[in-house]
Amino acid sequence: MSDEQSGGDPIEDLLPPGAVLSTRLADGEWHRLHPATPLLKGGFVFIVIAGYFINSARQQLIDLVFGAPHAHDDGDPIAFLTEHGRLPIALLIIAAVLILIVVIFYLSWRVHTFRITDEVVEVRSGLVRRSLRKGRLDRIQGINIVRPFFARLFGAARLEIDVAGHDANVRLDYLSSSNADGLRLDILRLASGSREREAAQAPDARGFVEQRVADFIAPELDPNAVPPESVVKVHVGRLIGSILLHDTTFTLLVLIVAAAVGSAVTGKYFAIYALVPLVLGLGSFLFRRFTKSLRYSIASTPDGVRVGFGLLTLSNETLPPGRIHSIEVRQPILWRLPGWWEIKINRASKSNAKGADAQRNTTILPVGNIDDVLRVLGLLLPGTTDESMAMLKLGIRGRGTDGGFTTSPTRAVVVRPFSFRRNGFAGIPGVVLLRRGAVWRSLTIVPEARAQSIAMTQGPLYRALRLARVHVHTVNGPVRAELGALDMADAMRFFGTESAQVITAMGTDGTHRWRAEGSLR
Amino acid sequence: MKTRVKRFSLLSVRSNTYDNKDNTDEVRVTDRLNLPGIDWRRVSPKYVYVDVISTIVLALVLLVVSSVPAYFSAVVQWWILPAVVFVIMVLVIAFVPRRVRAIGFQLRDDDLLFRRGLLFQRFVSVPYGRMQLIDITRGPVSRIVGLSDLHFVTAAASSTVAIPGLPIADAEELRDQLVALAETRRAGL
Repeated sequence: MSDEQSGGDPIEDLLPPGAVLSTRLADGEWHRLHPATPLLKGGFVFIVIAGYFINSARQQLIDLVFGAPHAHDDGDPIAFLTEHGRLPIALLIIAAVLILIVVIFYLSWRVHTFRITDEVVEVRSGLVRRSLRKGRLDRIQGINIVRPFFARLFGAARLEIDVAGHDANVRLDYLSSSNADGLRLDILRLASGSREREAAQAPDARGFVEQRVADFIAPELDPNAVPPESVVKVHVGRLIGSILLHDTTFTLLVLIVAAAVGSAVTGKYFAIYALVPLVLGLGSFLFRRFTKSLRYSIASTPDGVRVGFGLLTLSNETLPPGRIHSIEVRQPILWRLPGWWEIKINRASKSNAKGADAQRNTTILPVGNIDDVLRVLGLLLPGTTDESMAMLKLGIRGRGTDGGFTTSPTRAVVVRPFSFRRNGFAGIPGVVLLRRGAVWRSLTIVPEARAQSIAMTQGPLYRALRLARVHVHTVNGPVRAELGALDMADAMRFFGTESAQVITAMGTDGTHRWRAEGSLR
Repeated sequence: MKTRVKRFSLLSVRSNTYDNKDNTDEVRVTDRLNLPGIDWRRVSPKYVYVDVISTIVLALVLLVVSSVPAYFSAVVQWWILPAVVFVIMVLVIAFVPRRVRAIGFQLRDDDLLFRRGLLFQRFVSVPYGRMQLIDITRGPVSRIVGLSDLHFVTAAASSTVAIPGLPIADAEELRDQLVALAETRRAGL
């Protein structure tokens, strides 16, 4: 569709001679999506309706063909139509509607196009209401490839480009599966500021059916794609164990037991009825957590961290460097027995997915032991030294002032009865560590280059105890980087040094063009 | 701001047993949360009127709401609730002038410092490069006394700095100054 190209240099001009793109799709011109797109996006409703119609018409069709007497079924619209001799007209109308739908689908596919230049990715669509969505490449927070079950049957995949902002994602649904991976590579490469290309992938010579079968059998992450030592996986057994020992499961069991005991004692069952919606809610939360974490893997690639998961619907996402705004390593109380932890992150992009669907965006490690945690932290914080690793370990499990942690004073026992020796902060180069909790342990890690501002607060109780609270503000998410019950002098010191460090870190940060000359990492 | 040492201290712990680390020169051990060497810019004293009027409106609403149980039941004791609300709101209004004097901001080389609060104190440092937008708003009462509020918004909802009670010309000048500073120190997210 080069005729529709409007302005801007074609990307090929910017490339060194001889360079090749992995796919033709990122060449700065308008392209169309996978032909099965309308069917995959809205067509299934249509198939369901058709299925219902055929099912209810079945008896009448049999009667029509074999000349059997009419059944008198008052509730069935098809029966009504056959009885009154209106069936041919009805069929004609249905056929006309069908053709109209197909034409609309075809036209909407024709006008739904996208292009990727070296600055922006643009998608335009809509027959009557035209829409144009633009995402700047240097604001990309992550690129997600989702392969829903039905789309996999057609060899299609959805590419979601997360751009900073609330629900500002640009979606390319659907692309052909092999194009999706190549296109992501191309977009990331354009966004990275790198001007060099790697060799184009050889096209898959296998037939369509063979490819589809191979796709379903293959592991979620291609073992050849990344070095195996940089991959962290979640074992199914551990995943099940982690859900059984999760705080939510514990709450659920306590509630069920309480309701059972309550009903047995009082002889009334209203407690059980009251519990049903709660059990359903919590149960489905746990179930989704499980399915969303199946075949989970996290790996390091040159363009950032790749997180993949899913059994039937596959999803994998690449987070370019510098897109993680804060990290929290935490441990639900019962996970202490096996020594497991989970890692959550804050990101600047927000998917419109709600509930457990949003988990994939913020949970970077659903469950793992301390070694897994340290390896994942190593991936998330590139350039960590052994010394920093030791500090992270102290932050996760340590207590007291070992390693340079500044902890709460003894008088903070009033507000932190168990954790006042653990509650504290420390800094490793470029990163702030906030350590909290003795029962529910957690460690919050904020890269200074991502902090939005630093704050210090004090209320009347803290004033009386001469304590203060410090905050490191980051973009919204599940992680809240704040630390209470600090000595006032320590809090003031933290405020003074961190507000200066953030400015320094901002000045030297070059992660928005992570492969360009002179960027860090 | 006048330093009133330990005005709100309930305890007066003075032991040094907790002090197991050296306090560097840049921060002196004081009894108040403070930042050394900052010459705070204050907001217009006229903001007191705005704050008093909006607090009175809030107080009236709270009084009406808290009187509902007493009004509809014959129990005389319920009147304690609006009485308590009344006393608290009178105290809050009495402290408005001091609260307004406690609001301060300062434009440092690379960041905007802001403080407010007496009982609940808050200090924020926002680097200019983090600015996403600046908003100037004027409420009805503010407009009468010729004041406006300036909001400095970043990508983090919690770090928004709202400087109230600026004369309109000052607010616009400050906005232009902040935008210019942010432009020279632009950074990513």
